[in-house]
Amino acid sequence: MSAVMVDDHHHDGPDSGIKRWICTTNHKDIGTLYLWFAMIMFFLGGLMALVVRAELFQPGLQFVDPQFFNSMTTMHALLMIFGVVMPAFTGLANWLIPMMVGGTDMALPRLNNWSFWLLPFAFTMLLATLFVPGGAPAGGWTLYPPLTLQTGAALPLLIFAIHLMGMSSIMGAINVIATILNMRAPGMTLMKMPMFVWTWLITAYLLIAVMPVLAGGVTMLLTDKYFGTSFFNAAGGGDPVMFQHIFWFFGHPEVYILILPSFGVISMILPTFARKPLFGYNSMVYATASIAFLSFVVWAHHMFTVGMPLAAQLFFMLSTMLIAVPTGVKVFNWVATMWRGSMTFETPMLFAIGFIVLFTIGGFSGLMLAIVPADYQYHDTYFVVAHFHYVLVPGSIFAIMAAVYYWLPKWTGHLYNETLGKWHFWLSTIFVNLTFFPMHFTGLAGMPRRIPDYALQFTDYNMLASIGAFGFGLAQLLFLYIVVATVRGGERATDRVWDGADGLEWTLPSPPPYHTFTTPPQIR
Amino acid sequence: MKRGIGDNGRLALKLAGVTVAMFAFGFAMVPLYDVFCELTGLNGKTGRAEVAQAAAMPVDKSRTVTVEFLASLNQSMNWGFAPAVASATVHPGEMRTVHYRVNNRHDRAVTGQAVPSVAPGEAAAYFRKVECFCFTRQQLGAGEAREMPVRFVVSPDLPAHIHTISLSYTFFDVNRTASAAGARGNS
Repeated sequence: MSAVMVDDHHHDGPDSGIKRWICTTNHKDIGTLYLWFAMIMFFLGGLMALVVRAELFQPGLQFVDPQFFNSMTTMHALLMIFGVVMPAFTGLANWLIPMMVGGTDMALPRLNNWSFWLLPFAFTMLLATLFVPGGAPAGGWTLYPPLTLQTGAALPLLIFAIHLMGMSSIMGAINVIATILNMRAPGMTLMKMPMFVWTWLITAYLLIAVMPVLAGGVTMLLTDKYFGTSFFNAAGGGDPVMFQHIFWFFGHPEVYILILPSFGVISMILPTFARKPLFGYNSMVYATASIAFLSFVVWAHHMFTVGMPLAAQLFFMLSTMLIAVPTGVKVFNWVATMWRGSMTFETPMLFAIGFIVLFTIGGFSGLMLAIVPADYQYHDTYFVVAHFHYVLVPGSIFAIMAAVYYWLPKWTGHLYNETLGKWHFWLSTIFVNLTFFPMHFTGLAGMPRRIPDYALQFTDYNMLASIGAFGFGLAQLLFLYIVVATVRGGERATDRVWDGADGLEWTLPSPPPYHTFTTPPQIR
Repeated sequence: MKRGIGDNGRLALKLAGVTVAMFAFGFAMVPLYDVFCELTGLNGKTGRAEVAQAAAMPVDKSRTVTVEFLASLNQSMNWGFAPAVASATVHPGEMRTVHYRVNNRHDRAVTGQAVPSVAPGEAAAYFRKVECFCFTRQQLGAGEAREMPVRFVVSPDLPAHIHTISLSYTFFDVNRTASAAGARGNS
């Protein structure tokens, strides 16, 4: 008996040294790895964006040649989407889902380790393309042939990197589904689950449904380039437009993969700081599911200008607009949650409210883009750039930051510096708007995206955007400092941390022990 | 909580099955796309017709349609390529033969494949080709010239508001496409 006790004790803490991180199967360790990985990629991807903004500060060619400029836009997108937002959300899922549903760990811990450790290899390969003959991929992250097939030695590296990222996120998604369906504590019924868990369950299904389609599409690019197939080669009977259909069949659900977990995060934070339960929990679940379902039937709104019959344009226009209904339900519920709440404005709440306001602006410009006749003018202009950066930066990225501020005291056991946190929020919010709001105007005036030079009349707005971008980038160093300082020390956090916080993770000590809920919690 | 590893393993396998199925679906989109385009005439893919079929179509003498002929080359090809006439006026249901002229300016044999497109897309399904140089590859020796026929009929079902149809061909160098293994036919 005592031998068993000793053995149990041995497994209580992590291994020491680097082996802890390489061999870990612990959901908290893997969550931490994912989040730090996303942080590193965030700064690398941000640096690339600053190369782009430095070049665009003035018209004419200043710093980089056009090919490298194109590489920067392409790599920035790939890093931010696959290297920052997706791993950050998977990291949050790892840390939080087992604690939120009262499980011991993720359902498939070794698969979990593998999912994470594919990523450093994938991104090493992707970043290595910067140094191969012909340079990094420069045909845009959407990889449209035939342009993308002109990529040099970088192409196979890019495609295999995408395969690895895809495998990583599919395995992560399988793990999330298995955890949510099989590891819940007794009494934690599906409709009692926190919204973050719900949004991740739906996101995981989206990932499993569409990442393999992207893998297939890029495999076809690979065989077209090196094995003489003609999937997208008109001379051999193929069709380049077909790639756009395959890509956006993946691509549109992908944008919901990037935003649905944010919806979950916001739905967790608002009730805490409004000190009221989430308004319309059931409708939130159904709205999330409807958005996920609709995301499969709207893909062609990314390609209205390829030449489509009127009927198809109308269908994709109307189905796209239909998405505004469940999204509107969510925004309504968030506002209703705050209505007459006794609100306080700590940093996570500030980021959450910033999210609601700025994401909604991005949603509205999305509706404008959905209107076919208007889209013919907006297509491939900076208006599109403004739109998707509004939904991704003050959308997904703000939600991730809100989540980090909200749960960091739980993870580390230390309170972060509230004053610095608020500074970080206000600097980020001011600069993100300075960066992206002028792009609406340059876009409507006809400035095309992905071009290193522009007509003189766009100079003022581009200067503003570049100043905003550098300000936003510098403000993120503050974020890095706050996180590092909080990990290293600070005022002790209580178990509940926030006096309005509700949920199983807040019943655990701060920081939580290495293994949690080895005896299942009681669900009231 | 008291569910064993078996449950997780089974679920993971099922989900892996979905992954494999979706990977296959990505490839299934290729033939589905072709079938869809053929059925709807989207994408400017034209229809084919047999001679007997085309001859049996009633000729609609009450209206005429102008068919414009266009020719272009993929950037890698140094061929001369042009229609013998820029346009032709036909009655729907009437069979017509026109010619394209092509000559190889390379000092070596080159094999080309012409890829057709019809605009407006709505008309594509009503534009039927009986015979076309795009049905097969064209091999031209060094300096060789050729006159190539296109025999077509515009179906009498053509919607009344379409008065002009543009037929364009682009020649691609298929020597650059390493093998024909993945090639699918053009119509």
